[in-house]
Amino acid sequence: MVGSALPASEVRGEKPAPRLLRRSRWLESTAELLVKVVSLVSILSVLLILVFVGKEALPVLTSAEVHKELTPGALLVPGAAGFMWQPVSDVPKYNIVPLFVGTLKVTLVALFLAVPLSVGAAVYVCEFAPKKWREYIKPAIELLAGIPSVVIGFFALIVMATWVQRIFGTEHRLNVLVAGAGLTFAVCPVIFSVAEDALRAVPDSFRTAALALGSTRSQTLLRVILPAAMPGIAAAVVLGFGRAIGETMIVVLASGNAAILDASLGHSTRTVTATIAQELGEVVVGSAHYHVLFMLGALLFLCTLAVNLMGERIVFGMRRKLGGGS
Amino acid sequence: MTAVATTTRVAGGLRKRANVGDRVLIGLTMAATILILAMLAVILMDIVVGGARTLSWEFISQAPRDGMTHGGIFPAIFGTVVLTLLMTIVAVPAGVATAVYLTEYAPADSRFARAIRVCIANLAGVPSIVFGLFGLGFFIATVGHGIDAAAFGGRPTYGTPSLIWAALTLAILTLPVVVVSTEEALRSVPRELRDGSLALGATKFQTIVRVILPQALGGILTGGILAVSRGAGEVAPIMFTGAAYFLPDLPTHLNDQFMNLGYHVYVLATQSPDVDKTKPLLYGTVLVLLLLTFLLNLVAIAIRIRFRRRMAAAR
Repeated sequence: MVGSALPASEVRGEKPAPRLLRRSRWLESTAELLVKVVSLVSILSVLLILVFVGKEALPVLTSAEVHKELTPGALLVPGAAGFMWQPVSDVPKYNIVPLFVGTLKVTLVALFLAVPLSVGAAVYVCEFAPKKWREYIKPAIELLAGIPSVVIGFFALIVMATWVQRIFGTEHRLNVLVAGAGLTFAVCPVIFSVAEDALRAVPDSFRTAALALGSTRSQTLLRVILPAAMPGIAAAVVLGFGRAIGETMIVVLASGNAAILDASLGHSTRTVTATIAQELGEVVVGSAHYHVLFMLGALLFLCTLAVNLMGERIVFGMRRKLGGGS
Repeated sequence: MTAVATTTRVAGGLRKRANVGDRVLIGLTMAATILILAMLAVILMDIVVGGARTLSWEFISQAPRDGMTHGGIFPAIFGTVVLTLLMTIVAVPAGVATAVYLTEYAPADSRFARAIRVCIANLAGVPSIVFGLFGLGFFIATVGHGIDAAAFGGRPTYGTPSLIWAALTLAILTLPVVVVSTEEALRSVPRELRDGSLALGATKFQTIVRVILPQALGGILTGGILAVSRGAGEVAPIMFTGAAYFLPDLPTHLNDQFMNLGYHVYVLATQSPDVDKTKPLLYGTVLVLLLLTFLLNLVAIAIRIRFRRRMAAAR
């Protein structure tokens, strides 16, 4: 690391007074230890999240008490009433399939809108935009990431829902399309910034070589730059997916929150995150319902963990291949 | 890349076709950019126009009245500010220390440092609602109950949703923001400064505290501001760890519950029996929340741009 080539004691040269030396040595080692211990917090946090969310989720699989109300299989296999999520009824039904399908539907709508927009914008900013504009466009898109998700959710609920209903004539005012469109606001900045990094990591020599060989700008982009940056753009989409399935407040406000299992985009839906957000507050601690909600959280956590690790691995691999340009 | 425009002028027929292709592509990508910027503009305009009518001194200085259909949002503003302050007190020192360890102390091939990096990156990707579950399961049900059992004879004192647990949950959530920003700033401090300081006889710790950290102050500040902005806007992690619908009194202790702007928006938007009646209040609250988080973001980005320019000039 920088500056660590010479131990401080050697650099110091002339021997200082012994008292100072002892004091500063003590200070040095204490400071280093302290900083090291504090940086453990991040590792500890990830482990604690895993352990404590997992701990409350595990009874779904192991506890006989919980099994009186539901078997682990009932989470996935349809019961007598089909795929039903109805935790608060005479016979509670805990089938989590409709929730995951809801999450997936909303996420796919968001990605369908956000991927072309943000990759297009990243290409424009990186390859075509005048340098002066670039300096304004990038921070502006970063600003979009700074809008709290509850604000986006509110906007989707009050304004976008009306637009969507007017344009598509949807049956329910709050539905998959509205939630997906709302999510687009949150996903775009994520995809944009990762894709832009990927495009910038493509060495300029690629561009100049392609142009020198007589290809047009569009040929250079489509046949040289995009293929070279493809892993990074794939990672951007993957990370955007991770952001979308974990988003809570936008879908709580805009999805309508009805756990219906169907393929329609015009119907209300209920996602995994929205279910946790809306039900955990009213649930009895330690009940089957409580543990199932933690199970949903644990599954969500594992999903995003896998997605993020995958995304980072792709980015890392690409950086190495392109010679560490950043 | 600026010289590229001229290179496309090749033989006649090809030139014409190529220019069409180029133009279409540039046009499409430009349209995508404009659309994203338009999204930003539309949401900002709608909320500023909708909220400006409600915004008044009374609105930001009074408590809600008549079942939250009248009055102001002062307790929610107060709660948000106190919450984010507490969060900052924890997140910024921890994040800066982590970044200092990663850039200044950790050996280049350190496995421990790599583990920290992986954890920071993953922490940034954990859904905010999972932080809420974690706060409930760990801070309240485990740590809080433990404190109650040990010090309060089992009387629920800290084992309930409260300010301190919400702040700590948010601190973990915003930790990566601080670490990433600080690390970038520390890395941009020129090596000569480190070497110069060490050569003058300063110890490593003295070099870090008196030379490197002051040089990186802009980046650290940016990280802190971004963390505050993020923390002030989060709702999902505090829903179960301390935020309350309505409280007659302001929080005075760490184990009090609190009102919060984002949560207030959620409550008004979903639990209110008459949305039309609360709509002006909603718009006002959203505007205040947006002003708070957005202005902070704007400041952070401005500092970062200046900082980067200075760094680029110094090289």
